[in-house]
Amino acid sequence: MNNSKLGSRLTSLLFKVFVVLFLALELYPIIWMLLSSFKATQEFTQNPSYSLPEGFYFQNYVDAWTTGKMGIFFKNSLITTVVSLVFIVLFSTSVSFALVKMHWKLRNAALSFFMSGIMVPVTIVLIPLFSMYKELHLLNTYWSLIITYTGFGLALSVFLISSYMRSMPDELIEAAVIDGCSIYKVFWKVVVPLSMNAIVTVLVIQFFFRWNDMLFSMTFISRTAMKTVQTGLLYFSDEWGNKNWGAIFAAISIGVMPTLGLYAALNKLVIDGMTAGAVKG
Amino acid sequence: MERLLKDKVAILVFVLPAALIYLFSVFVPICWSTYYSLFSGLPGINFKFVGLSNFAKMWSDRIFLGAFGMNMAYVAIVVVGQVGLGLLLSLLFMFGIRKYKTLVRTIVFFPVVLPVVAVGQLFSKIFEITPTNGLFNSLLVLLGLGNWVQPWLGQPTSAFLVLCFMDIWTAMGFYAIIFYAALMDIPTDIIEAAHIDGANGFRLLKSVLLPSLRPITLACLIFSFTGTLKVFESSLALTRGGPGTATKTLSMYMYDSSFLHSQYGYGSAIAVFILIECVVITAVLNGVLKSRES
Repeated sequence: MNNSKLGSRLTSLLFKVFVVLFLALELYPIIWMLLSSFKATQEFTQNPSYSLPEGFYFQNYVDAWTTGKMGIFFKNSLITTVVSLVFIVLFSTSVSFALVKMHWKLRNAALSFFMSGIMVPVTIVLIPLFSMYKELHLLNTYWSLIITYTGFGLALSVFLISSYMRSMPDELIEAAVIDGCSIYKVFWKVVVPLSMNAIVTVLVIQFFFRWNDMLFSMTFISRTAMKTVQTGLLYFSDEWGNKNWGAIFAAISIGVMPTLGLYAALNKLVIDGMTAGAVKG
Repeated sequence: MERLLKDKVAILVFVLPAALIYLFSVFVPICWSTYYSLFSGLPGINFKFVGLSNFAKMWSDRIFLGAFGMNMAYVAIVVVGQVGLGLLLSLLFMFGIRKYKTLVRTIVFFPVVLPVVAVGQLFSKIFEITPTNGLFNSLLVLLGLGNWVQPWLGQPTSAFLVLCFMDIWTAMGFYAIIFYAALMDIPTDIIEAAHIDGANGFRLLKSVLLPSLRPITLACLIFSFTGTLKVFESSLALTRGGPGTATKTLSMYMYDSSFLHSQYGYGSAIAVFILIECVVITAVLNGVLKSRES
């Protein structure tokens, strides 16, 4: 083997080592978290942090779920996320249909209106919304989060669905109209099924955004029983401090589980959807 | 047909509910905050019109200046890290890896989908020192670097650097995927032609790839700048802005002013200031794109 060939073999090997190390850097913290969530309390003080758990200590999950109230937080997150997803999809599909396929004077103005909030920093709406919800006695309710999540989900979703609808042939709608369908039936039986690809993308992106929300939840919710997973996690680590690491790791793992599961199942869809949202938005 | 598509009632049914929610939760609050930023105190108690003096007050407020400076340093480091490493990674996907491409991309994108709070809590445990060494310190001991062990999140500079590292770690995969998609869009015959002309490695990157990537780079920069200018969650979840105010970002200070110190006017002014920062940087970067195109 001559020198240059040996050299290129060596570079390629070094390169592979680098890639593997890099992937380890991305994955190891998460694996470490999952492993640590199965450690018994004394393992944290007796063994170094990197060591593997001695067994599967599920009590951490039980503690986090019941005493640590993660079960309640999880339920709250699920309700607010799912209900707002339903509203986001329903509203952004119907608005997009009216914007793209129907004929009215103000539709360009309406499009700019919905697009205006696409990159606005969330902090700017906190004080007004807090004041409004206080007046309306909506603080510490699901509605405060559902309304806000829906409003903030609309801009990007209208953008994505309306761009998709623009490439939908008008002939399909015309055919349905000639068959005697009402406009509502055209929307429900023709346009919605044909927009399914865009709707699924919106569902996936918005699930991540809403499930991962912390700012709205920490501003509008102060009662422990109404907290969502993200604010619950903050509360949790404040309450439990350094006393019960195992339960904290279990709680973080519970908070990550839905996103982790969804990503594992639909990774290509998630990657495409989230990058499309960013680049076009 | 035309009559049906012009049906005013139907248009209202389709648009009005969404428009009302959007108006109520996004549009009106933005205007309202801008209006509040001209007042001092708390509405109904000691609310007073002060014009632009909230914006003047910022520049003699030591905590604001500290948060502003810290925020700027954070933006500089994290934008370069996220976008720069994202670009390098995408080149790696494109030219370096032949097998397992999809798997590698899936792994690199993975941290992007994790909740920021969970990542913050996780990193605070990784860099922990009491009551027991976290992952990082225990690995240092394992490697015989025991004297490097320190309270990483208890010291201003190292806490700040851990915060930067964490946010680069989370987001670089996101930019890598965007750049990779753009690299795939460059026609292969352009790259081949450059190869034939003898352009390789760095020259290929500088003369062929980077110019084609310019629009997407600007989009990434805008996204990264606006994301880092308003940083809040990651710092709160990692350090609560501490030690002291070492990692207190502008958004966190806005939150404290409004909800802890009940200074709605001043808080709104800081929120408006952050919005202006985002608008200005977006306009500047868009301007750069336009001037290069013409």
